[in-house]
Amino acid sequence: MERPAANDKHFVQTANRARKVVKPHLVEEWVGKVYTTLCILVLVVTIGAIVYFVSSRGLTTFFSDGISLSGLLSGLKWDPEGDIPLYGALPFIFGSFSTSLLAALIAAPLGVCAAVFMTQIMPGIGKRILQPVIELLAGIPSVVFGFVGLSVVVPALRAIFPGQGIGIAAGAIVLSLMILPTITTIATDALSGLSAGLKEASYALGATRWQTIYRIVIPTTLPSLLTGVVLGMSRAFGEALAVQMVIGNSPHIPHSLFQSASTLTSVITLDMGNTVMGSAHNNALWSLALILLAMTFVFVFVVRFLERRKNR
Amino acid sequence: MNAKTADRIATGVIYVVSAFIVLILAGLLGYIIFRGIGHISWHFLTSAPQTIKAGGGIGPQLFNSLFLLVLTLIITIPLGLGAGIYMSEYAKAGRLTDTIRLIVEVLSSFPSIVIGLFGLLVIVNLFGLGFSLFSGALALTVFNLPLMVRITEQALKGVPREQKEASLALGLSRWKTITSVMLPIATPAIVTGTILAAGRVFGEAAALLFTAGMSSPRLDFTNWNPLDARSPLNPFRPAETLAVHIWKINSEGLAPDAAQIAAGASAVLIIMVLIFNFGARWFGRYLHRKFTATK
Repeated sequence: MERPAANDKHFVQTANRARKVVKPHLVEEWVGKVYTTLCILVLVVTIGAIVYFVSSRGLTTFFSDGISLSGLLSGLKWDPEGDIPLYGALPFIFGSFSTSLLAALIAAPLGVCAAVFMTQIMPGIGKRILQPVIELLAGIPSVVFGFVGLSVVVPALRAIFPGQGIGIAAGAIVLSLMILPTITTIATDALSGLSAGLKEASYALGATRWQTIYRIVIPTTLPSLLTGVVLGMSRAFGEALAVQMVIGNSPHIPHSLFQSASTLTSVITLDMGNTVMGSAHNNALWSLALILLAMTFVFVFVVRFLERRKNR
Repeated sequence: MNAKTADRIATGVIYVVSAFIVLILAGLLGYIIFRGIGHISWHFLTSAPQTIKAGGGIGPQLFNSLFLLVLTLIITIPLGLGAGIYMSEYAKAGRLTDTIRLIVEVLSSFPSIVIGLFGLLVIVNLFGLGFSLFSGALALTVFNLPLMVRITEQALKGVPREQKEASLALGLSRWKTITSVMLPIATPAIVTGTILAAGRVFGEAAALLFTAGMSSPRLDFTNWNPLDARSPLNPFRPAETLAVHIWKINSEGLAPDAAQIAAGASAVLIIMVLIFNFGARWFGRYLHRKFTATK
């Protein structure tokens, strides 16, 4: 009966010694794992908190202020300070969608052209001149775009078209410049990732460069190009200050592109500071923020969908 | 139409469009800098703004912007590095990782004004931090974190596989491999990305309207006690940054020379962004040379 016990003791000792050797190694590994996991947790908690808090505020409008969702989404009149307060957000929703759609319509062809230039026509000059230009454009702060819009774009529009110059057209022009880098960068990545064989095969068949670009390169990379456009639109949809500076901020659906209008973001920017937390007006603004939040999810969903098509 | 003619026309159009983009940027930068540079002087850069009189400066705003940037980086860098390391080294392919990736993507596409509102609700009111530099820095962290994660992840993915495997084969722990072998190699890319991201934060305004506030108390630049209400170093005072100041002047500026101040401040902002941009590239190349001993 003695021997096994001694064996046991011996075994425990070696095990202890082994653990001592391994220990710092394991502790180090553990520290790394815990630290990085905590960092990820911060991210997860943050997004959870954003969704929870914005929704809880934004939904108060419907649950305690007696405003219906359809009334908010389709109401044409926004008059929170009136005798009978009215909360119709359709003019803002219209403003947001029209400015970002128009901006994408302006920026998409420009961005794709720039990408084609950089990848298919003159990669050398593209890399040395156009690429830095696009990157610099991405770095210009939105308030500076707003300032330039206010002092260049608006007066120019006023001189050419009837009206004050402020409005959806001005907003769309400013936004199109802001989202141009997003679209160009993604389009460039997509075009340069194209397998070389495809293009060479087309040239070998005697196609010209434009035929190759138009018939082969663009259709093959279309999902990625669209991803860029959607991401750009999503950026335009959420942009606040630059648009607010040039759009005029009147709560109506304009009759032309050159009349004063509003977007979801511009209303929030202007009114949030002037309302009392918890009032119906304030809650309605949070509902607008909730619409912005929901649209972000829609845009991310569309981008994911397009990416899945690309990978197929 | 002849295919060759179509080719020539299309090429011509693409040339014109590309030249147009370059011209627009040149025009933009030229316009902002030339319009504003005449207004920039030592007095303009250092003195406090005036509400109704002409001749106000942007001193406190410039200081606030830089201070806020430093605060934000102090919070973002450790968090972003950790999360980026997790995503590139520890995350296993699977549903959990996909979800986290989706979260990073969603977080980076939230409009900055929504993040500002979240900051107003949670950081300013719920945590009771008030309109302060610290609240602003936390909001900017939310804004900046996904960028940092992506930069770190990409930089680590760019480290040669052999180097990582050699270190692991020598018996080093994974964490030791990451911190002593991979991070030094990835540093130039991380630093470049961080400075570029910092440039973006520097010009951010929408998220700050509701967190750092739209006013600056009278600062006493001789008072370096961080706990004093009038000290510029106090992180718990409200602070208007340069970008917010430009927005405010353009929307509700009362000073008679508001347009010139906006032009001058925009020029300063653009010059700072250019410095960040070129600085990042130069510093990244310098670090790369230093760390890899190549020319």
